[in-house]
Amino acid sequence: MHDVKIPIGPQHPALKEPASFRIALSGEKIMEVSVRLGYNHRGIEKACEERTYIQDLYLIERICGICSHAHSTCFVQAVEEIAGLSVPRRALYIRTLVAELERIHSHLLWLGVAGHEIGFDTLLMYTWNDREIVMDLLALLTGNRVNYGINTIGGVRRDISQKETEEVLKGMSELEERTKYYIEVAQEELVLRKRLSGVGILSHEDVLRLGAVGPTARASGVARDVRKDDPYAAYGEIDFKIVTDNHNDIYGRTLVRLGELMESYKIIRKVLKSLPEGPLTVRAPRKIPLGEAFSRYEAPRGEDVHYVKSNGTEKPVRVKVRAPTLANIQAVAFMLEDRYLADLPIVIAAIDPCFSCTDRLISIRDSKKKRGKVVPWEELHQFSIEWHRKRGIDFSELNKRFRIKD
Amino acid sequence: MLKALFNILIFPGFLFLVVFSFIAEFYDRKLYARFQNRVGPPWFQPFADFIKLSAKESIIPEEADPTLFKIMPVFALASVLCASIYIPLWDTKALFSFQGDIIVVLYLLTIPTLTLFLGGWYSRSVYSTLGAMRSLTQLFSYEIPLLTSVLASALLANTWSLSEMTVFYTRHPWLWACNLPGFLIAITTLLGKLEKGPFDIPGAETEIVSGSLTEYSGKLLGLFRMTINVELIVGSSLLAAVFLPFGLTLGPIPGFALFVLKVLFIVSIISLFRTVLARLRIDQMINFCWIYMAPVAFLQILINLVVKGIISR
Amino acid sequence: MKLRPGKMIREVLGTIFKKPATTRYPFAKSNIPEDFRGEIIFHPEKCIGCKLCMKDCPTGAITIKEVGEKKFEAEIDLGKCIYCAQCVDSCVKKALEVTSAFELAQLDSGKLKVVFHAEPPKDTQGKT
Repeated sequence: MHDVKIPIGPQHPALKEPASFRIALSGEKIMEVSVRLGYNHRGIEKACEERTYIQDLYLIERICGICSHAHSTCFVQAVEEIAGLSVPRRALYIRTLVAELERIHSHLLWLGVAGHEIGFDTLLMYTWNDREIVMDLLALLTGNRVNYGINTIGGVRRDISQKETEEVLKGMSELEERTKYYIEVAQEELVLRKRLSGVGILSHEDVLRLGAVGPTARASGVARDVRKDDPYAAYGEIDFKIVTDNHNDIYGRTLVRLGELMESYKIIRKVLKSLPEGPLTVRAPRKIPLGEAFSRYEAPRGEDVHYVKSNGTEKPVRVKVRAPTLANIQAVAFMLEDRYLADLPIVIAAIDPCFSCTDRLISIRDSKKKRGKVVPWEELHQFSIEWHRKRGIDFSELNKRFRIKD
Repeated sequence: MLKALFNILIFPGFLFLVVFSFIAEFYDRKLYARFQNRVGPPWFQPFADFIKLSAKESIIPEEADPTLFKIMPVFALASVLCASIYIPLWDTKALFSFQGDIIVVLYLLTIPTLTLFLGGWYSRSVYSTLGAMRSLTQLFSYEIPLLTSVLASALLANTWSLSEMTVFYTRHPWLWACNLPGFLIAITTLLGKLEKGPFDIPGAETEIVSGSLTEYSGKLLGLFRMTINVELIVGSSLLAAVFLPFGLTLGPIPGFALFVLKVLFIVSIISLFRTVLARLRIDQMINFCWIYMAPVAFLQILINLVVKGIISR
Repeated sequence: MKLRPGKMIREVLGTIFKKPATTRYPFAKSNIPEDFRGEIIFHPEKCIGCKLCMKDCPTGAITIKEVGEKKFEAEIDLGKCIYCAQCVDSCVKKALEVTSAFELAQLDSGKLKVVFHAEPPKDTQGKT
């Protein structure tokens, strides 16, 4: 049978966010995959340069709904490093608490989405029902179910009271019971094992070569976790295990995420038990001094990296965000080689894609030399103006109307 | 003549089957929702869905073949409604019966799958073609166990007519208990025929949007959905007549109530299977049907031959 | 451990006897905590017109206008507000307050701009 080209295109029931996968099929077997991203690009990095640091905090938080605290904390850590602030310990512990609660809600969401992609809607309904416990806890602690807004430059904005601590501990016990049941289901349910085992195989060497991060890498035995390699917030003072697995496939990734859920409950209990007293913030200046910083964070999907460059004014010069899905997406095309079409939704869902986090890439390639080069922003701006002028489009009228300096 | 028309169009023909299929669809969806701790749709949801679909425009793709595209849902509905004429519902006699009507009923129940294939093929869309191919591939796996288990029950009764089969089982009560392995096989493969449960591969939403039904909309989609619902009822009543043929001489009212209970019992089992099992891949499904289902169906034939030998002594 | 199909069957059969987990909002009340970040309200008597809230608002939803001698009024655009409560934190005189009102949807977008008028001066009788 000859090759049929099928678009798992920008709009498709398998994808939660737009991304384009062009598949060449022969019968049910996938012959070729080509991945194309960029449908979710919103110009956030450019928007950050026109707002002050305090306003940027809320913008960066809204890059993604599921890992919003991850981006917010990573950005705030970078700014605090440039300004040389030392955040009080109570604030670091509260940040860790919200971070682990976010990890719990993200992993429960992933379990449900994975169940939906293989046609197991019951798992979706049950895990998302349990996720409501975490969402209610987050609403109680921070004031909102998503986009928590708990960070501010120099610390956190809200305190945690005794009653809230008890609610959190009660929620953790309930969730621990439910997670033990889900681990049993994952290990004993026959049809689930058949759909997840042997699918999306990435060996240890492949992970290191393709640069995968997060649970995708940890399921192949690569013990890479920013919380242990480069501790931030309160992770340096709390003892916990990195969960790895040796199955190398999607079943292994399920077990890793379920194991991380169990670890998160233990971390939250330790954080609440040893919560230090003290102030919640230090006073942060409005004008951040000259400098640049690079900050890393273990988001539920992997390693999240932020880079901030300041020049002594109230607005940053450059903010760059590299989300973990960008590191994992190269592995998807590799994992889909020589598999069936029915494996495609679960393989894409296995890296836990968050295309909203990912879409901010600029890569310039010189077509004659076939090598990439770094182009400064002003050069790119001039290049685009010249390009349009050669084709008869002149922006000077438009600039005069909007009063933009050329 | 008037009685025949009444039987075919109103009761127990077209109107009764359509209303009963709406009720069964509501029951199935409500049970599925309650299993998942949700509220579920209200009782009038299937009626509302059908009315809404009839009010919408049927968009026919440019590259599709218009005649075949429009005729397929009508064929499917007609064949499924025809199949119910030969099935004894709450009496030992169906509306019409002759020797060999088991084969006719099973053949008529295969036609909806063929119309799904042809409808998907003539839609000329990538997703529909894939769904159509999967429908046919699935057909080759589940037909043999289904036919074999139904025919094993007929083998024990020594006849090729559904009505005479029920007469035989009424005369020898409790003999239908040796058909229980066949019942299990038949329910599992009925899931494949109805494209529900772990075998909803041709209509896998997350992989090929909607399979063969992707390009259908409006009245044609309404007719196809009605076909699927009526197929559920007709398939369940076939299974009830073949494997649960007890209480058929109780008279019209208790017999009717027992028939409704039997059909809803089979629909409950189908809902339960749909809830607790994930979707299989097509190659896993073929393996499962040929390695596990078919041998048990042949084993059922063996058991029935042995029992037949014992009782004819 | 043994692999068998339908592991969730016991759990699933047990839930038909429990109440559904869905809250029938808006017919039933949903439980929102009291510190929920909802609509922001403005107390004009405390405002000194420093406009720090306007400076820190990420979306520019709040506008402070001087309408008299040391009298300020605020207009909050509920469509632009992201309910982050940064203005509440930035205000030095605690003139802004968070409430937990969240049912703020309107059909007419003009009604989304809420104006908090300054108090009338005390020496006018009968005129607002």
